[in-house]
Amino acid sequence: MLTLFLAAAVVAGTPLLFAILGEIITEKSGKLNLGVEGMMLMGAVIGFKVGLATANPYLSIIAAMVSGAFGASIFAFLTITLRANQVVAGLSLTIFGTGFSSFLGQGLMGEVISDSMKKFFVEIHLPILGQIPFIGEIFFRQGIFVYIGYVLAILTGIYLYRTRAGLNLLAVGENTAAADAAGIRVSLYQYIHTLAGGAFCGLGGAYLSLVYIPSWQENVSAGRGWIAVALVIFSKWSPYRAIYAAFLFGGLDIIGFRLQKFDIHFSQYIIDMLPYVFTTLVLILVSIRESKENAPPAELGNPYFREER
Amino acid sequence: MIRMVNRGHCSKRKAVSIRIIAVILALLTSALFILLMEHNPIDVYISIVKGAFGTKYRMIETITKSIPLIITSLGIAVAFKMKFWNIGAEGQIIMGAFMASWVALTFPNLNRGLLLPMMFVAGFIGGGFWALIPAFFRARFNTNETIFTLMMNYIALKWITYLQYGPWKDPNAMGFPKIANFSEAAVLPKLWGVHTGWVIALIMAALVWYFINHTKQGYEISVIGESENTARYAGMNVGKIILVTMIISGGICGMAGMIEASAVSRTLSVEISGGVGYTAIITAWLAGLSAPIIIGVSFLFAAMVQGGSFIQLAYQIPNSAAEILQGMILFFVLGSEFFIRYRLIVNKKRNTHTDRQNGKDLC
Repeated sequence: MLTLFLAAAVVAGTPLLFAILGEIITEKSGKLNLGVEGMMLMGAVIGFKVGLATANPYLSIIAAMVSGAFGASIFAFLTITLRANQVVAGLSLTIFGTGFSSFLGQGLMGEVISDSMKKFFVEIHLPILGQIPFIGEIFFRQGIFVYIGYVLAILTGIYLYRTRAGLNLLAVGENTAAADAAGIRVSLYQYIHTLAGGAFCGLGGAYLSLVYIPSWQENVSAGRGWIAVALVIFSKWSPYRAIYAAFLFGGLDIIGFRLQKFDIHFSQYIIDMLPYVFTTLVLILVSIRESKENAPPAELGNPYFREER
Repeated sequence: MIRMVNRGHCSKRKAVSIRIIAVILALLTSALFILLMEHNPIDVYISIVKGAFGTKYRMIETITKSIPLIITSLGIAVAFKMKFWNIGAEGQIIMGAFMASWVALTFPNLNRGLLLPMMFVAGFIGGGFWALIPAFFRARFNTNETIFTLMMNYIALKWITYLQYGPWKDPNAMGFPKIANFSEAAVLPKLWGVHTGWVIALIMAALVWYFINHTKQGYEISVIGESENTARYAGMNVGKIILVTMIISGGICGMAGMIEASAVSRTLSVEISGGVGYTAIITAWLAGLSAPIIIGVSFLFAAMVQGGSFIQLAYQIPNSAAEILQGMILFFVLGSEFFIRYRLIVNKKRNTHTDRQNGKDLC
């Protein structure tokens, strides 16, 4: 029973994981993109539409990533080239993305993904790893998307801490002027990583509409994008911590549904509050224990004006 | 080579005309979008205008829709002035409506002169309290207020859903999940065909304008917005100012909720705010956080929403098209701020001094 619950928590946490990773990459470049919810919704609707039209899982995943990156490109142009306020630009992206997805999603209600695509996303028991008792049952008997999530988290970690480009990126986020003086192409770095972050968010959205639900629902992300932004703080901007932040909240997401099976009488609507209540608690706890270690990138949210140094 | 030059001070007229150009560009871009859907954009835009102002009934609808938008934008503007990113207006509206409804449903037999003021106070307290929680943690521990206020929206929404499907379900509604209607005494009266919320909205705009521009607290808010450290060095009690400001900001949003519950839906439901809390962020920002301009911008946005629901019927264009249009306008206006602050110069000269002077001449 417990292993089943935990395995389901991993499934529910995976869309969060993609979004958290995307936002970490974006924030490491010093840009605070609050449009995660919007980009997830854009990825969700485009991924679903392409999935319906072509029944090709690769195409729909790529389309979802492109549309997430497209949303991010609006944000990037406004905040990097035109130096607009990042908070407002991110909020407008969420508003735009929400409209975009319910507009394109009109008439998709009730449509279901084809069986051949469902087959592609079905659980795969990994050899050896899947045989490990308990841990194997939780983590290594999952769908392809979940494995992509693990791999992306680890690759992001290696990229940030072990490669030259990743270290340059950290420099941009910590001290933009110094990075610029050292010859790092600041705007290019910010553009690339904002767009990559958007692509990750789009992937998270596609997971929701293609695998998690898997049919079309208006406002399918239901605030997960915002929870992801909070969980970036919780995971202290580390892709490795993002893994357990995502799965912890995945568990919270489904706990109400599971409790019903135990005949525990508690209003569903009160239980539905839990992820949001816990997110606020996480925010409070992290801010109380503020330290050097879990500080955000120093330049987060600041516009960079080379001419005005 | 293209270079950017700081304009220094830019005349108001120039700034306004740049913004108007931005809105026109947004409309043109959206026109492309409409063309892609195989409709004639000019027809669609004309229909939006007709749908918003074409008949007396639609005009009343537009005004009714602009009332909560104006009041909520005012509340948000107070917080934004302090650079406190309150995106929890949606929840504050809901909790204001909740408290007002509690009063209305508990004392249905009071007379109107007593009941309505009590509901206003309750609405203010509900919204103010909901904003006070994130404000407290922001002031005490510097907790991120953007996400906190947003989470509070979801919690408020789930709370009303719980009430509507649970303890507050009207036993007379034949099992339909709805909360009981208010008594006649709890409903705002009408003046000139529109409920008196419009009078309240105008009074609130005047009060907020006076508050921000002519009171000590209003001045302190602006200083904190510019720099919290400056405010601290000047000896201001930053924590206390944040708390008081957020009670005011949330309280104003709560009053919008009270007005919606009392005058429009005459009951409490999960649809009570209907996204006004988010739209108001746009209107408050587009209006440059200025109370008088908020009235105009909110009215135009209400017209866009009302006209949007009209084209839905006339052209089968989904309502969310209006949402995309709003996002588009916001993108363009945000982008245009850049051209208010900077001037692009296409030449090879590197003499900044003469550029500055040219900039002043042109501006």
